Amino acid sequence: MSTESAPAPQSGTAEDVKQGPRIAVSALTTNLREYGLIIALIVIMLFFQYTTSGTLFKPVNLSNLVQQNSFIIVMALGMLLVIVAGYIDLSVGSVAGFIGALAAMMMVIWPLGIFSNPLVVSIVCLIVGALIGAAQGYWIAYHRIPSFIVTLAGMLIFRGICQALLGGGSSVGPLPDGFKALSSGFIPDVIGPLTLIPPTVNAAGKTIVGSGLTLHMTTIVLGLIAVLAYAYFGFRTRRKREAHGYEAEPFPLFVVKTLVGSALALFLVFQFASYRGLPVVLLVMGVLISLFVFVTKRMTIGRRIYAMGGNAKAAQLSGINTERLTLMVFINMGVLSALGGLIIAARLGQAVPAAGLGSELDVIAAVFIGGASAMGGVGQVIGAVVGGFIMGVMNNGMSIMGVNVDWQQVVKGLVLLGAVIFDVYNKNKA
Amino acid sequence: MASTILEMRDITKTFPGVKALSNVNLSVEEGEIHAIVGENGAGKSTLMKVLSGVYPSGTYEGQIVFRGQECHFKGIHDSEHIGIVIIHQELALVPMLSIAENIFLGNEHATYGVIDWNANEKRTKGLLDKVGLKEDPKTLITNIGVGKQQLVEIAKALSKEVKLLILDEPTASLSEKDSQALLDLLLEFKRQGMTSILISHKLNEVNRVADKVTVIRDGRTIETLPRKDISEDRIITSMVGRSLDDRYPPREPQIGEVIFEVKDWSVYHPIHAERQVIKNVNLNVRKGEVVGIAGLMGAGRTEFAMSLFGRTYGRHITGEVSLHGKRLDLSTVSKAVENRIAYVTEDRKTYGLNLIDHIKHNVTLANLRGVSSRGVIDDMREMSVANDYRKKTNIRASSVYQLTGNLSGGNQQKVVLSKWLFADPEVLILDEPTRGIDVGAKYEIYTIIARLAAEGKAIIVISSEMPELLGITDRIYVMNEGRIVGEMAASDASQEKIMRAIVRGEGKKAS
Repeated sequence: MSTESAPAPQSGTAEDVKQGPRIAVSALTTNLREYGLIIALIVIMLFFQYTTSGTLFKPVNLSNLVQQNSFIIVMALGMLLVIVAGYIDLSVGSVAGFIGALAAMMMVIWPLGIFSNPLVVSIVCLIVGALIGAAQGYWIAYHRIPSFIVTLAGMLIFRGICQALLGGGSSVGPLPDGFKALSSGFIPDVIGPLTLIPPTVNAAGKTIVGSGLTLHMTTIVLGLIAVLAYAYFGFRTRRKREAHGYEAEPFPLFVVKTLVGSALALFLVFQFASYRGLPVVLLVMGVLISLFVFVTKRMTIGRRIYAMGGNAKAAQLSGINTERLTLMVFINMGVLSALGGLIIAARLGQAVPAAGLGSELDVIAAVFIGGASAMGGVGQVIGAVVGGFIMGVMNNGMSIMGVNVDWQQVVKGLVLLGAVIFDVYNKNKA
Repeated sequence: MASTILEMRDITKTFPGVKALSNVNLSVEEGEIHAIVGENGAGKSTLMKVLSGVYPSGTYEGQIVFRGQECHFKGIHDSEHIGIVIIHQELALVPMLSIAENIFLGNEHATYGVIDWNANEKRTKGLLDKVGLKEDPKTLITNIGVGKQQLVEIAKALSKEVKLLILDEPTASLSEKDSQALLDLLLEFKRQGMTSILISHKLNEVNRVADKVTVIRDGRTIETLPRKDISEDRIITSMVGRSLDDRYPPREPQIGEVIFEVKDWSVYHPIHAERQVIKNVNLNVRKGEVVGIAGLMGAGRTEFAMSLFGRTYGRHITGEVSLHGKRLDLSTVSKAVENRIAYVTEDRKTYGLNLIDHIKHNVTLANLRGVSSRGVIDDMREMSVANDYRKKTNIRASSVYQLTGNLSGGNQQKVVLSKWLFADPEVLILDEPTRGIDVGAKYEIYTIIARLAAEGKAIIVISSEMPELLGITDRIYVMNEGRIVGEMAASDASQEKIMRAIVRGEGKKAS
């Protein structure tokens, strides 16, 4: 960049005059980017709701949607940090497949005694994931081997090990029910169900499907607590900013945002409650998403990752241990890949050689659709999550519509390209 | 009487919301060296972009007449075609290609796309002779220094049969010696009848070579001075619109005891392990003292500073550093920062800032602990810190949420300074703190340095601009080829004395 950028005059007065509107405009444009994505998701959902004649939002389908895509979103959380840090990880799908195979072997084939307990196996698998991440991260961080190459090697290696473990082309299962609950389970209703509309019972004593409405009350209560917490913390942050004299977003915008957000959340909670309640995996995902939002927005380690991705040399000269940070980012990715692998295996109820095959591309696409920059330093957790859901809704909706898998790929590719072009165009305009 | 080669009349260029140029007039005579000066943001580069067709005809108002013809350039290609060639501040060479390949890039001697390398290299040889560069045309750009790269750029311009050569800050990253050589070359071209436009911040250079100086301020032509009226003071007055009695803020040094000391510091090259880059350097800084390190480009000053600061340069580093008589462990950057040493890097865009993040995040980066507890950042505290330093260092920005990549050079430098001030150092090493920034911003940086010294900090300034060192420091070390070859009080130092120390140091090495 030239030291002399023409549209930035140095005179103080001109700047002062422009200051007010410029803040408002920048707040609006940054918000637009974030909301634009959520609005896009809603539009896509409404589109499929229409084309699938109302199937998409059916409680049972929403549960499926979450269960089918949760592993993509879980891995996207790790991938976001990897990409923000300025790297890429192509091995996540293979690592997930390998971990699924490892878990199945430990639970079903190998005589491990009490160590084949699903909980123990899961913990061991997460640790193995961390070690894989550390092994790849070590070469990237301390020997400066490009992450593209290291993880491409990892992609081949772990897919190979996965297939070898399973003995060629066979699958291993069935996995114990306790383990499958991770993906296909629902949280227990400790409060007890509430029947709003008593089910109609016909003469034969059989329930006529669809005419009764029983709510999973624990889900409703959890949902209400979450929405209230969301509104409360949003309001508190706002008050705190105002108390310090900093301009927050305009109050009406805040209210509308909170109301719309809460209404959407409550709608989804209601849908889940009228089926079998909150899927376990959604709870896991929700906790992880909150954790990663907090880490990236509020914690020093998150800030350091952004700084490293933005300018690694400057970060290093500011006292940031970029090597260790890189290693940690890849360890985190390894753990989340392992968790993704467990979720896939739990959903399928068995380990198959092709588990997670190609999912690294969905994960990376989710992060880029979510607005991350391929150059590093830019990207948001919420963006990656919404990006993941956009991919998921498209998969789900097109499958219900009966669109051929080949053409599904074409559409997903076009959406990815379109999202990034939109981003670049917006950036150049600003 | 020479004829007018270029006439720009009433050039007005508007960007959304900003008038970058308003009714600028420039008239350049055949065979002269015409300097254009002005503060950053005054509109010099914009004017040159209009002239070279970067902003195509129609996006601005006014007329361009070149050799009697009115011109309507659609792009750079058009202007180059009739002989106007601009060499930008940031060199546009491909590092992994050879000199010959770079010179004829996009303009190769070729038949049906097949390149005739012999013809290219032969012509390159001729061009390199003209600019006085003794290098094999096959040498890769990455293997030659910035000074020589600049010469390659000029050779490239010559290959296009240039009638009007425009140089935008050609000496900004060159050493004194290379700068002199470049200016001599310009004078040589002038003798051969070439016309050039020189954009520069370095008024002594302008003073030396220019036949005329046009001063631009706030997008307007202020005046064009003929040779006989050119003097630094005259130009500065015209540039800033007020008279700067003193280019350096007044200060009364209050110097205490020695607090920072480096003993027998030796460093070897990170790749060529047998090459010693820093040789037994000893230096000390007193409380409240500003110490300068003078030297030519490549003297080892930056390498010395970086090897001190968390061993970010070099291998086999030996020596001792102490603060208040206590030996320090500076083996990592974070230890150096904990021990209250700060190093403001030389190249702010590459080493100093995260350009895609805003001011607030940049200011707190070196001291995140100062705005967080148990790893959680207190947003409000960070906000007030950022605003505080924005005021203290007078960063001109719409808010602390402005991206640092969109700031001018001077304001970027103030952000980097703020970052290190917030880390609360006792010893502050500043490497070329005013390179590429305008006179007004320089004065502000000097004021900050003076204030820090008055607060009792120990300050080391590395600078290639000798007048600057003479103006703001109390004591000057002269460094050459990795050695300290002289030490003098700023009050009895002069540019000649410093140069003599350097030359003597070189003589010593030869014997």
